[in-house]
This record gives sequence, structure tokens and C-alpha cells, in this order.
Amino acid sequence: MTTANVTPPVGEKHTDAPLISARGICKTFGTHQVLHDVSLDVHRGEAVCLLGRSGSGKSTFLRCLNLLERAERGIVMLDGELLGHHVRHGRVHRLPARQEAAQRQQLGMVFQQFNLFAHKTVLDNVIEAPVRVAGRKPREAAKDAVQLLERVGLADKVKAYPGQLSGGQQQRVAIARALAMKPKVLLFDEPTSALDPEMVTEVLQVIRSLVLGGMTTIIVTHEVGFAREVCDRFVFMQDGRIVEEGPASRLTEGAEHPSTRDFLSKVL
Amino acid sequence: MSEIVTMRDQARTTDSTAAAAPAAAWNRRLEELAAVPRARRFHVARSLMALLLVLAVGRLAWSLAQNPAFEWSRVWDYFFSAPVMKGLENTITLTALSMGLALVVSVALANMRLSDNPVLRAIAGFYVWFFRSVPLLVLLILWFNISLIYPTFAIPFPGDGWSYETRDLMTAYWSAVLAFGLQQAAYTSEIIRSSLLAVPHGQREAALALGMRPTQIFRRIVFPQAMKIAVPPVSNDLINLLKATALVAFISVPDLLYSVQQIYNRTFEVVPLLMVATIWYMIMVSILSVGQYLLERWLGRSAAARANGRLSKQRSAA
Repeated sequence: MTTANVTPPVGEKHTDAPLISARGICKTFGTHQVLHDVSLDVHRGEAVCLLGRSGSGKSTFLRCLNLLERAERGIVMLDGELLGHHVRHGRVHRLPARQEAAQRQQLGMVFQQFNLFAHKTVLDNVIEAPVRVAGRKPREAAKDAVQLLERVGLADKVKAYPGQLSGGQQQRVAIARALAMKPKVLLFDEPTSALDPEMVTEVLQVIRSLVLGGMTTIIVTHEVGFAREVCDRFVFMQDGRIVEEGPASRLTEGAEHPSTRDFLSKVL
Repeated sequence: MSEIVTMRDQARTTDSTAAAAPAAAWNRRLEELAAVPRARRFHVARSLMALLLVLAVGRLAWSLAQNPAFEWSRVWDYFFSAPVMKGLENTITLTALSMGLALVVSVALANMRLSDNPVLRAIAGFYVWFFRSVPLLVLLILWFNISLIYPTFAIPFPGDGWSYETRDLMTAYWSAVLAFGLQQAAYTSEIIRSSLLAVPHGQREAALALGMRPTQIFRRIVFPQAMKIAVPPVSNDLINLLKATALVAFISVPDLLYSVQQIYNRTFEVVPLLMVATIWYMIMVSILSVGQYLLERWLGRSAAARANGRLSKQRSAA
């Protein structure tokens, strides 16, 4: 394996170590290599958006970060901890499922299809992991859950089942559920792509307030306008590679790479 | 495009100018028509067919009720008699124990079939193949005669261990439980497997992303949702099993059928005693069906909540 291209993060202002770093991530589905040597650093409090056409590998990369997909090569470090692996006798070994699960709770994830637990009420969805994984008392977890649901504007839906909610409401519950584990990083995988247009705003509003509150986020999105306004930095992917990254403000006219410009001209 | 638009516009303008006066009359006529009440349609062929069927079924019911062979009074004499009650109890416990065994084994088998371990997959596949290939009656007699294959049964425990005569352990009753339970497990495992596969993959991923462990995900997220899907077909299996336990008459376990057989072998009241068994089987199946309905309603409460929500939304909109 060639040495991973250790590009320093674009925002040079950071002096501390990045909160999450990926180096040389390679991923193949069958014979098709979807990620080629992808590396990324994200600092505490930073909001980064991943842009690119469908099939460019941005969702797969996001899923590699919390080990939902297993990269064949490359590593992910979160807050100084190697994710999913440990080094012994000069080799990287995979961690047992139990420890992997323990690490994964540090990264929250919000899915395109919400994936709320269909057989549980909104409250039970939110307290499931705090009670079962973090071992908190149900009553305390419920108290926090209600606060989180208030933050996303759904305190009155505590007893509802996911099927009774609109897509936008379900996605806001999903965000509250991810936040309930107090993650260090929040990953959004096209959070508004499955929503009716009139519901996109309410979800973006919640994400915006999280970013403003200092949450470290990585967002895969097609909402370039939103990305430019809310994110600090954009990363543009094509054919499984990062072809350009830069401050999000440059998304309007400052993009340099021809593919980025081409993409932006089509979506803006 | 633009041509079509202009043509349509022209048509509209000519319409509105030329047809101003007749339009009011036309509207009145349409409203009158819309207000005419609808006549009920009389379905000749359908009514005739229904009448014939009712007559035929009525005639059949009458002949059954009138037929002295049934000896209905004898039916009620035996209905709650001690041997019938004992047989009923055996049928119920046999079904319950077999199904309990089948459920435990089938969940294990389904998980083995879905596991990443090729050896587990193969073993489970072999199990299902074997128990589906052997007729239930053959299996029953085979288990009953297991002592011919393994005369002693030993647990190599610390010290001398325990050793038993297989004949003492494997009574007719327990060989029936094993035969029914193990074969039922093969069938039920296929239902459980497809139900597990029917739970959307995103549910597992969301649970994984929250840091839940694989066993937790199975117990708390996937299995409860799979159960909702599995209840109707598994209830079907249970009802089938209840009736299939009548086969134990072959190995002389005094279940419901065997008990009434023993009575009519003495008294020759064959038909009334078969009616006793039939009615009891029908009662048990009816109770199971009600149980299935209640279980489905309870498991489906999230879906029911959705339906109610939709209704109340419509109501408030109206």
C-alpha cells in the first residue's frame, strides 16, 4: 500500500488534533472499487458537507466512518481512538463485535430513510440506546429524551408510533434519537432526500441549530444552498475519490475543479 | 406546444361567448339529473343461486340433525365424561409441549440458517431437509422405538455419570412430543427465517449505529418485528399440529381421539363418540383462532395506531 496522501485540512486555523480522521479508506463491492484511498480530517465543532453525484462514494465513505461498511484498507481515528481495530504484533486486528458496538455509540447517524424502530413509540425509540447500551435508568433517560424532543419541536408526539408521523417529523425524531447517545460526531446520510419538499425546511432547521450549537457534523447532502450557508467546508467526491475540498463559501463561484463546477452548475 | 395552447384558448373563448344562455339550462338539467335517487338493482342470477344454495345447505343440515345415527343425546352424555376429559388434557399438553419445543428449536435453526458460519448453515439446512422428508407417522413410530437403536442413554457427567434404560425414559408420550416438536421445528424455522428477513435492513443498521450489540439488536429490534409477521403462519402451524396429534393413537397415547376410540370399541357407539372428539377439536381450534386474533391485535398496535391516526386526521379535516 502506498503511503496515504496526508493532505492537511484546508481550514489551517486548527492547531489541535482533528476529532475524526480517515486515512486511505479503500472499499470494494464485488469487483467494483467504490472508494480509492479516501482521507479526511474533521475538527471539533466543524461542519463538513460531502457533495458529489450519486454513486460517487460519499454515502459509502460516511458508512465506513462508523463501521457500518468495513473498509478493506485504511483506518478511522476518533478522538485518538482507532475505530474497529487494534494493533497487535505489528498487525491491525478487527475488534470483537461487543467492543465495536461500544465504539460506535460515539458516532451518531441519521439515515435517509429515518429507520425509526417501527414497533416502538417515539419516546421508546429515543430511550432505547441510552437505557440498553449506556445503562441509564429509564426514568432519567425519558426526562432527557423529552428535552431532546422539545428541541426538535416534537414534545407532543412522545407516545406516537413512527407510522403516525410525517417524514419530516420522523427524521427529527431520528435526530433526537442519535443525540440521546451524546455522540462526538453526527453523521447525516442524505437526511432530506426522502422528504416531501415542504418538510425539508423543518429538518434543515434542526440540523442548522445543531451546527450552530457546536456539534461536529459530516453531512452527505444534495442541498448545496444549505451546505453553503451552514457548513464550514465542502468536500467534493467523484468516482470514489475526493477531487476538491475548500471553504463552503467557495461553493457559489469559487470551485476550482471542473467536475465540481459542472456538478454545481447543475444543482444550483 | 404554442400552437396547441393558442388553439385551446380559441376554443375556450368561443365556448364562453356562444354558449352563455344555453349554459344555464344545461347546468339546471345536470343538477336535476344528479338529484334523481338511485334505484336498487335486482340481481336475478345471483339471487337464484343463493336461494338454491340455501336450500341445499338447509336440506343437508336437516338430514344431519334428523339422522338417528348421530345419537345426539349420547354425544352429550359422553361430552364431559372422565376419559374424554383426560384425553382432552393429553391432547392439549402434547400440543403445547411440542409447539414449545418447536418454537425454541426453530428460532435457533432460523438463526443458524442466516448465520455467516457455513457449517451452522449446512447443519440447519440438513435438519430441515431431514425432518421435512420423513412422514410424521414414520417419525412418531421411529421415536417410539428409539430404544431398538440406542438401548441405553448415558450422560457422561463427572464421576460415573448417569445411565438410563432408553425404554424407561422414552415413554409413548415423550416420544410423541419429540416427534411432533422436532418435525414442527423444521417447518416453523422456515417461517421464522422468512419473517426475520422481512424486517427492513435499515432497522438493524439504525440499531448498530446506536451502539447496540448483535444479541440486543436481535432481541429488542428484529425479533419483535419478525414475530408480528410470523404470527398468522405460525398459528396455522399450531392448529395443524393440534389436529395432527391425533396420530398418537398409533402408539396408544390416550389423547382425545384414542380415548373415544377406546370407548366405542367397547360400546360400538362409533358415530356419537367421533362427534364428541370432532366438537372438542372444533372448540379448541376456535379458541386458538381467537387467541391468534388477540395476539395479532396486540403485536400490531403500532400499525393500528397508524390507522386510527389516519382516521382521526380525516375526521378532524372533515
